[in-house]
Amino acid sequence: MKMNQKRKVFIQNLITYAIVIGCWIIIQIMIQTGNISSLLKGLLVPLCTYAILAVSLNLTVGILGELSLGHAGFMCVGAFSGAFFTNVAANVIPGTGLRLFFALLIGAAVAGIFGLLIGIPVLRLKGDYLAIVTLAFGEIIKNLINTLYVGVDAAGLHFSIKDTTSLGLDETGVVIIKGPQGITGTPKAATFTVGVIVLLITVFVVLNLINSRSGRAIMAIRDNRIAAESIGINVTKFKLMAFAISASLAGAAGVLYAHNLSSLAATTNNFGYNKSITILVFVVLGGLGNVRGSIIAAVILTLLPELLRGLNDYRMLIYAIVLIVMMIFNSSPKAIEMRAVLRERFKKKSKEAA
Amino acid sequence: MSFLSYLINGISLGSVYAIIALGYTMVYGIAKMLNFAHGDIIMVGAFVTFTMVSTCGYPPMVGVLCAIVFCTVLGVVIERVAYKPLRGASKLAVLITAIGVSYLLQNLALLIFGSNSHQFTSVVALPNLKLADGALTISSVTIVTILLCIIIMVVLLTFINKTKIGQAMLAVSEDNGAATLMGIDVNRTIAVTFAIGSALAAIAGALLCSAYPSLTPYTGSMPGIKAFVAAVFGGIGSIPGAFIGGVLLGIIENLSKAYISSQLSDAIVFSVLIIVLLVRPTGIMGKKINEKV
Repeated sequence: MKMNQKRKVFIQNLITYAIVIGCWIIIQIMIQTGNISSLLKGLLVPLCTYAILAVSLNLTVGILGELSLGHAGFMCVGAFSGAFFTNVAANVIPGTGLRLFFALLIGAAVAGIFGLLIGIPVLRLKGDYLAIVTLAFGEIIKNLINTLYVGVDAAGLHFSIKDTTSLGLDETGVVIIKGPQGITGTPKAATFTVGVIVLLITVFVVLNLINSRSGRAIMAIRDNRIAAESIGINVTKFKLMAFAISASLAGAAGVLYAHNLSSLAATTNNFGYNKSITILVFVVLGGLGNVRGSIIAAVILTLLPELLRGLNDYRMLIYAIVLIVMMIFNSSPKAIEMRAVLRERFKKKSKEAA
Repeated sequence: MSFLSYLINGISLGSVYAIIALGYTMVYGIAKMLNFAHGDIIMVGAFVTFTMVSTCGYPPMVGVLCAIVFCTVLGVVIERVAYKPLRGASKLAVLITAIGVSYLLQNLALLIFGSNSHQFTSVVALPNLKLADGALTISSVTIVTILLCIIIMVVLLTFINKTKIGQAMLAVSEDNGAATLMGIDVNRTIAVTFAIGSALAAIAGALLCSAYPSLTPYTGSMPGIKAFVAAVFGGIGSIPGAFIGGVLLGIIENLSKAYISSQLSDAIVFSVLIIVLLVRPTGIMGKKINEKV
């Protein structure tokens, strides 16, 4: 029985990887044969970014069971630290691909450290209080980066929260983060292939975590914290672990995001709480704790407004209505009952026919 | 003198937050849901007032009354159509639906009024108050906002503690199931709560846009979030808590804008929230809930 279950999980995981790789192959063929619209081509890297964000947030919301509304904040940290590295190291490492690799590592590491630091106070709270505090942290990060000026010269790094002149750079100095203007001139190094590789790594990390001893401990905390504590699970440690891993994966997604834009600024549209909510919508519609669902929901819900572009002004309206109807159909107790009745009837009919 | 004027403006802004937070906190207390669409009802209220006053030329009082009626009906309809089917469903499902409603309202407003900012004419047409030989000017909107907030608070507290339906609200917020057994119509009570919350949002919308006259479809979302913060700050579910939280938040925001940095004021507001929650995990006036095994 146990072996069977293990094999089942293994096959399910393989299907998830296969879907991602399959999509990659199809898109590659489409690109080679020139059958791809420029709109879709421009969306490929964002699609990967959103899928990674959704999978990583699923770790916090679905597996750990804590509602986080500040995921965009971690993405923001990752994006800025990654893009900052790419710009600073422009002379040291000439290859953009290699620089992107290091930027991804640095973005993930910095976001992970932020996740750890924020997680320590935040994870003491529960439920909606935790949600509002994560939202607050996300907004604080966005706000601080908006006032941050960082320059580099022969003497090293200079920081300021006032303006460029107060950095006190010498004549060789370059200002890299320019407050509200953010970082400009980042090379567009993120390609679809890189995005898919990062997505596969993310899925690998999350799926392996879920099916490990630590993952089971995390899920035990989600299901009943007191029971988990009483059998000797270190609640704080595992909560922090899940939160920090989730944050660092979001940071990696942020690096991808930054390397797909030539100018990066911490605006409300980029990294505000609305972005966190959008990601949360992917997670909830994809199914809590369901990694494959998160990816599929992220892809469909990112494509939907673009596909509805022909309807112009009505597209976001339709998106909103679809969202409400889907939620009611999916989660309303009456709708669930109705679906069960329909299924029952369908079964009866097929039996009678046979 | 300038400190005093910043302080008074802060109290006024805080009063608007408090009015919104009262709606938030009541809905949360009874339906146990974070109504993310609440901020957008503020925007709808402001747009209705704007249309009645600036486009149709009715007097401001009529405009505000229309906004109140419109938002009350809207709040009840939203509750009936979007939230009621989800009663008993997971909290997250209700949250996402509320977000959907919020997008819906924003985009409807975007379709009708466009994305350009509209110039809102103040609904308070009284002369400004000059104190200390003109050294300190307090605008009439400020005074009206503060007074109105106090009146609303008192009326609301009396309503909840003295009337039957108010008592029913308390009962439902305490224990939904037990209230049903006592013969309280839970659905009706929740609908009334939404009606009151939305009416308050309409008033807040008119006041907010009288003080800060640029009106867009996204006007409501940030004040909505701030009011949510205020409600949590004061202890979500508590009416005096929402009032105190709102006023404190307004004062902190205005003073940090004036003396520290206008760009960092939001960050400061949110930092104070985090510090308060770390010291008192259920807010200033919140009840401590003991965990049962």
